[in-house]
Amino acid sequence: MKTKSLIYYALISSIFLFSLVSIWKILVTLQGIELKNFNFLIIITLGIAISLLNLLLGEKLNYLIKSTFFALIFVFVDGYLVQEMPIWYNIGIFGILIFFSLKINKYNQKYLASEHSSQIVVFDFLTLFGIVLFSFVILFPFYMMLITSFKTQAALLINPLDFSINFNQDFTELFKSYFVIFDTYKFGRYILISTFVSVGTVIVTLVFAIPAAYAVARLNFFGKNFLSTSILIIYMFPAIVLVIPLYTVFSQLGLRNSVGGLLIVYTATTLPVAIYMLQGYFKSIPKELEEAAIMDKLNWFGIIIKIILPLSIPAISSVALYVFMIAWNEFLFSLMFLDNPNSFTLSRAIQYLSGDAETPRQYLMAGSVVVTIPVLLIFVYFEKYLVSGLTAGSVKG
Amino acid sequence: MSDTLSKIEKRTAYILILPAVFLVFSIILFPIFANVWISFKEVGLKDIRIPEPRAKKIVKSIKDNPDQLKVIYKLRNSSLILEIRDVKFQDKLPKNIKPINLDERCRVKSNKIYCEFGNWEAKYRENFQILLKSSDGKKLNKKELKTIEPKLTGKSDNILLNTNFTLKNFKKVFFQNEFFDLLSTTFYYTFFGTIGSIVFGILTAQLVNQKFFGRTFMRSVLLFPYVGPVVALAYTWELLLDPYSGTLNNLLINFQVIQEPLNLLGQKYLTINFFGFDLKLRLALTTVIIFEIWRYFPLAFLFILARLQAVPKELYEAAEVDGAGPLQKFINITLPQITAVISILFMIRFIWNFNKFEDIFLLTGGASGTRTLPINVYEQGFTISDIGMGSAVSIVIVALLLIFMFVYFKLIGKRADEN
Repeated sequence: MKTKSLIYYALISSIFLFSLVSIWKILVTLQGIELKNFNFLIIITLGIAISLLNLLLGEKLNYLIKSTFFALIFVFVDGYLVQEMPIWYNIGIFGILIFFSLKINKYNQKYLASEHSSQIVVFDFLTLFGIVLFSFVILFPFYMMLITSFKTQAALLINPLDFSINFNQDFTELFKSYFVIFDTYKFGRYILISTFVSVGTVIVTLVFAIPAAYAVARLNFFGKNFLSTSILIIYMFPAIVLVIPLYTVFSQLGLRNSVGGLLIVYTATTLPVAIYMLQGYFKSIPKELEEAAIMDKLNWFGIIIKIILPLSIPAISSVALYVFMIAWNEFLFSLMFLDNPNSFTLSRAIQYLSGDAETPRQYLMAGSVVVTIPVLLIFVYFEKYLVSGLTAGSVKG
Repeated sequence: MSDTLSKIEKRTAYILILPAVFLVFSIILFPIFANVWISFKEVGLKDIRIPEPRAKKIVKSIKDNPDQLKVIYKLRNSSLILEIRDVKFQDKLPKNIKPINLDERCRVKSNKIYCEFGNWEAKYRENFQILLKSSDGKKLNKKELKTIEPKLTGKSDNILLNTNFTLKNFKKVFFQNEFFDLLSTTFYYTFFGTIGSIVFGILTAQLVNQKFFGRTFMRSVLLFPYVGPVVALAYTWELLLDPYSGTLNNLLINFQVIQEPLNLLGQKYLTINFFGFDLKLRLALTTVIIFEIWRYFPLAFLFILARLQAVPKELYEAAEVDGAGPLQKFINITLPQITAVISILFMIRFIWNFNKFEDIFLLTGGASGTRTLPINVYEQGFTISDIGMGSAVSIVIVALLLIFMFVYFKLIGKRADEN
């Protein structure tokens, strides 16, 4: 056994243990339970002791017994450090320790003697550490958004760290923020507008993009190369430089505050990427099929409808989902073009709500939950389409 | 034969691409050129409304005379600054009604009143009235009269279409707008945001490229910040970071990491004592950059992961036989395999971060040292209401973007030559 490996192993495993326990403690604190200290030194020492003991015991003990033994020691010491904790806190600590002990079980003296073992140990624990940390950092704001929407203003002010939800209260009381935003702030209407704009954008974009992408992928015409590079360049141009001219022109044409105007702008801004993604896919469809179709005297319309469309359902769905998400999440143009509350999209409505300093923030968070949930559901459900479409469309460039 | 075929093919191609090209041209390319035009003009937000002649119609009965009605048109020029020329007025009358003692500017022709009011200066107002009489002795219908709306037309200058140009806006952009502060903030934000998202992208891609329980779930979760609506996420972060009732500050104070709450989004500088040196950290800007990284590292993650999964396993196996450790494998195999993706990502993210507006706008509104060029476009155009200035700043952004793109395509072209 190498000393270097041993030190690395003991240190990094105990730091990992400390971070697990600390995250658990943060979550416990957020249930309104008073907990003021991470006890860094004690837990690190304890972690080092456990990992060393794990090496000493090796395979003399059954791993389950060993894990339970470690967990019990830890729970006992930790329980002594932080007294008067509810029992579920200790159960959580116990679970973490079991998990930890099972993870370190694979390291024994022989393992640590092997080549590169110090590096492998560090990499293994960094991976675990990364998984826990990234999940926490990413999910925490979403968790907070959801919980805040169920709280009341008073409860939030008294103890901002109390994330516990009282499930004993009335259903209407629990979902009060949601009732308020739908009754008082007309969120039902905004959902409809957002859905209409997003779905409309998807349909119009596809209607424009499919023929254009087909032409770029298959047909020869003057200016084709120029067109395909300019698609990329145009895609790079930001919305913010379009805003002022579009605002002035739309004001003069009376297109502001109209859902139709928004639809046109969204379609135009998503077209380049839609064409780019689709033409890449169309190119991969074997040409022979179309040649056969030309023999059958199909015109281009027939070719697109009967051959290209059925074959490219996956690509079209990924473009559709991507465009839907862009349109649903879009904020800048809806901020610029809509100032009449009757034609707000969801994003614009939430921003409008926040403009009033008096608006309780649980309403804001309820609105945020309402706008976030559809995209996340769509994303989780159709993830394959979205991810494959995105990477295929973009990495080639 | 083949000649006509290729002609048909060309024609078909143009028909197919024309709608898309037209739309993109009018909504994306036209505004970019329009920006150039507007940026050389002195135009305020209020100037872009076209002046309209307006009339409000009021119908009144006359006390002693039930056969007659009085109609008052409250005429006005909607603009406070521009005149309207050749105002023409037209209103329809029900069949049985005739006007009496008509104003000399007007005439009647087949149940319609036509008037020519000439020129109206800015803010012009007039109460114009007509007396009406029944021509067949029947009772006059007030309601019917009210529902008919008068039509007014007039000619006016559109301030956007005249040819008065000035360099004032650009002078202001470069000399009165703290231009270099703006530029350095923008670059600081762009550069660190890009680097950060790529670094975290590499880390997470490396993570997910290994086998562990819940890996697919982890992959979805990592993409959440990228697919979530920016409005919802920005407000959640704002709440999280609030100095008084925010969760983060309260947690840090609770665990005695800090003594005083930090105003992470509202404080420009944080002075850190570092071995006796006072380091000034741009706090709000750093927070905004962290949000930026949090939201966009998933894109880098996705690209890099896709590339990592395409790396042949044999390479790693061969390295293992040669006795390479994980670190050596990462440096000698993984990194060279992903440099191409990273350089593309760097350019794409750099350009997009450079243009980012929503994130900063929603978090700080450009206050406390987070004013970047895109934020400045909005501020000039809509907060200060100077459309011309806003356009001038847009032009600066476009010019810088073109430079970046030139460099980008040069580099990509070089890479293509090398391969």
